[in-house]
Amino acid sequence: MYEFDWSSIPGSLPFLWQGMMISLGITIVAVAAGIAWGTVLAVMRLSPSRPISLFATLYVSLFRSVPLVMVLLWFFLIVPSLLRDVLRLSHATDLRLASAMVGFSLFEAAYYSEIMRAGIQSVSKGQSSAALALGMTPLQAMWHVVLPQAFRNMVPLLLTQAIILFQDTSLVYVSALADFFGAAYKVGDRDGRLVEMLLFAGAVYFVLCSAASWGVRVLRRRVLA
Amino acid sequence: MDFGIFFSPVPTGETTYLGWLLQGLRTTIALSLASWVLALALGTLLGILRTVPNPGLRAFAGSYVELFRNVPLLVQLFVWYFVVPELAPGGHRFKQIDPFTQQFLASAACLGLFTAARVCEQVRAGIESLPRGQKNAGLALGLTLPQTYRYVLLPMAARLIVPPLTSETLNVFKNSAVCSTIGLLELTAQGRQLVDYTAHAYESFLAVTALYLLVNATIQLLMRAVESRARVPGYLGSRK
Repeated sequence: MYEFDWSSIPGSLPFLWQGMMISLGITIVAVAAGIAWGTVLAVMRLSPSRPISLFATLYVSLFRSVPLVMVLLWFFLIVPSLLRDVLRLSHATDLRLASAMVGFSLFEAAYYSEIMRAGIQSVSKGQSSAALALGMTPLQAMWHVVLPQAFRNMVPLLLTQAIILFQDTSLVYVSALADFFGAAYKVGDRDGRLVEMLLFAGAVYFVLCSAASWGVRVLRRRVLA
Repeated sequence: MDFGIFFSPVPTGETTYLGWLLQGLRTTIALSLASWVLALALGTLLGILRTVPNPGLRAFAGSYVELFRNVPLLVQLFVWYFVVPELAPGGHRFKQIDPFTQQFLASAACLGLFTAARVCEQVRAGIESLPRGQKNAGLALGLTLPQTYRYVLLPMAARLIVPPLTSETLNVFKNSAVCSTIGLLELTAQGRQLVDYTAHAYESFLAVTALYLLVNATIQLLMRAVESRARVPGYLGSRK
């Protein structure tokens, strides 16, 4: 029978907390940047101009066809050398966190753009016709009339995607960046208590994500009401 | 850029670097298929349980979905690979089989059970989208509840949920890349190994990405054929 020993956890809580801050930091940056860039992509995709909508379509289907792990490996390869050249940083600067943030933002934008596109299409056509009839330009109509309603309709889906994104941040493990999961793994590996630390990490993710999903369900009922 | 690297032999000499990538691709496809079969079987069963009248069975399937959806895939994979063999009876025998088989079995179990939770929700949505009259009519004709499921509800639901299952098929395939983290030499891991041996990172990642795009496009083509055959004429799901 396996003998559990949870004594690694109390002493490592500050280190795990730092890891959680990295996980949450990546999530917040990627959600904000992903929604912003995703909305731009959605508008581009619905644009009457062929080249613009083609670019957005290609972008979205490219990022949706490649595994996130592979996307992250690309960004850990490219972004550091790019940023060093542009900002003239020394080679010692640790750019893994910045790379992760850029990678997640650009990757998630593809998924957010699909949600926003559905949101824009859910707004009745009369809304934008009315805005145009009032003399707004198409972009004004989009910004002042259509997008606010599209965004409101899609809040539950955008938040659900944010929960998935939070879970996916654990994949920065491939760069050995100590996010919450990476920190738990390191502690478990150091103390020979991998079983306990992995179960603990799983339990923490489960509690956080279930609570957040429950919050989204409550919110959805309010938005629909 | 030097794509000639793919045709030079690997250090052990038995194949070329391209051969490594193709071996990885084979593992990725085998893993995706194995997990997909497991996910479809278990997911269908759980999806049915979520719609039956018995509250205990419904709650069981509901908790399964909650558990597997709210823990990151990477954590689940590590639990299957590092934790389950320690805790399960007979786990020591699992640790004696060869490493590749261990990694493959843990990965297939992990991906299969993870995806089953998602398939379950699609199956449930499919069954719940049918008009209530279908089930009542089946029961009124004297069919038992299992018969009603077998002959009335499931044949219709199965055809309605093909489009969402297409995206789950693509997800299983993409998620298999996560299994490179426990050392399973699938496509992504072979690509990284190639970088370690040759330092040709751009060529290697380009080739791996291209292979993922290729398989992705193939799956989409296949599933489109399945979708057009499964479409129910005149039904809401057949728009497009």
